[in-house]
Amino acid sequence: MSTMKVRKRSNAPIFWGLFGAGGMLAALFGPMLVFITGIAVPLALLLPADTMSYPKMLAFAQNFIGKAFIFAIIALFMWHAAHRIYHSLHEIGIHAGMFAKLLCYGSALVCTVISAVVLLGLGF
Amino acid sequence: MSKRRPYVRPMGGWWKKNPFFVEYMVHEGTALFVAAYAVTLLVGLVRLGQGEAAWNGWLEAMKSPLSIVFHLVLLVAIAYHAITWFKLFPLTMPPMVVNGKRLEPNVVVGGGWTAAVVVALGLLAVVWRIAQ
Repeated sequence: MSTMKVRKRSNAPIFWGLFGAGGMLAALFGPMLVFITGIAVPLALLLPADTMSYPKMLAFAQNFIGKAFIFAIIALFMWHAAHRIYHSLHEIGIHAGMFAKLLCYGSALVCTVISAVVLLGLGF
Repeated sequence: MSKRRPYVRPMGGWWKKNPFFVEYMVHEGTALFVAAYAVTLLVGLVRLGQGEAAWNGWLEAMKSPLSIVFHLVLLVAIAYHAITWFKLFPLTMPPMVVNGKRLEPNVVVGGGWTAAVVVALGLLAVVWRIAQ
């Protein structure tokens, strides 16, 4: 008879993987995206004034690659941040219990679902 | 209940005593800015889904001085995230072996930073090309 216990598989690697993927995307694309959407386009620097006009953004969000890019950026940035904030709570003296976990990963999940719904609603 | 009041070492601000821990707390703190930017983009996406008038409203809001300052802060914080993300690679990633030799930590870090600059410039070029 086997004495080995059936151990529950940990879900930690999933959250860690999302954290890593989001961190990598944020490191590679984050600074330039912030510059483009938050500084260059609003101030009409460097890029054409209509870079983010409604027809152009709609076309981008309806394109399969554009859709995937927008979804990956929003969702993975959120999962990255959620994981990092959740694991830093201890450092500032907050016990990271189930409530904190639900709040952190729950926010990421909500943002993921909203972006998926809107992107699918925009059609292809 | 005991009237003894044993000494408990205070832990508040423990990280301020060592520059290494200050750096650690700052790079962990960049997550708040990454989340803030993701939410900003999500609001934009929702407005895009609501039609042209809503999207133009979001674009106008992005032009407000407060938004520009907010994005300058985001830029600094997320750039700091990018720098530390690759700087910690020798600690966070398994050793990378090329031709049977382990890559030097400074090669790994330098490679990461180079990749980040190349990807950022590539992104700007693609956006510039699409926008023409």
